[in-house]
Amino acid sequence: MATFGLLVTHAPFEQQHAFTAYRFALSALALGHEIKGVFFYQAGVQNANSYQAGHSDEFNVHQAWVELSAQHGIPLNVCVTAANRRGVINAQDAKDNDRQGFNLTEPFIEVGLGDLVQLSQVSDRVIQF
Amino acid sequence: MITKTLGVINSTAPYGVSNGQESLDLALASANFGQEVTLFFIDDGVFQLLKSQQPIPEQGKHYSKTFPALTFYDIDDIFVCQQSLTERALAVSDLCIQVSALPREELNQQLARLDHLMRF
Repeated sequence: MATFGLLVTHAPFEQQHAFTAYRFALSALALGHEIKGVFFYQAGVQNANSYQAGHSDEFNVHQAWVELSAQHGIPLNVCVTAANRRGVINAQDAKDNDRQGFNLTEPFIEVGLGDLVQLSQVSDRVIQF
Repeated sequence: MITKTLGVINSTAPYGVSNGQESLDLALASANFGQEVTLFFIDDGVFQLLKSQQPIPEQGKHYSKTFPALTFYDIDDIFVCQQSLTERALAVSDLCIQVSALPREELNQQLARLDHLMRF
């Protein structure tokens, strides 16, 4: 059995990458592999944006990540710099920058790029989507 | 702890997309955390290394100024695709740092020896 780290660098919706990453995670887990964590970088940080409001008959990848994390204890790490650049901020960021709302909540957490290094150290393979 | 090796592949031109800047951030952070980092520039990625870039602020930060500092981060293995240079009428002398230009086959050998690859 192998250990995987997932690196997601594309936003949901326009492109399929994030959905493919999620499906990869499901398949790997079903086969008995371990997902050590998901790291969201570049536009991938939009996966953590809880303000996404798609149609009710569309797949909600944000919710899917949240449930995956809850069911399998998979950390959902978001690069803080990449996220803040793109308006994905948590409660503390909102307070620090005098913003009215925030859209990044647990289980997504803001981390530095060092956490991607850590994830790659403990993963047999890092797969980028 | 066994330190795994990381290859960062740059395949897009600078400024039109943020890939180059965010890739460099990642490479520097990884080196700071003690990871052995090898950089690759292929396809339009070779344009990132051109000398005398003068981007305007709206095009993003002038991050190519950081390339000469890579050696201070112990990032010394920097490989450029010879074919990509040739296709764009460029030579290594047009680039802002010293690099090794390799044919595709040798580039692939370098890629194959690394534990993890990330592409931007």
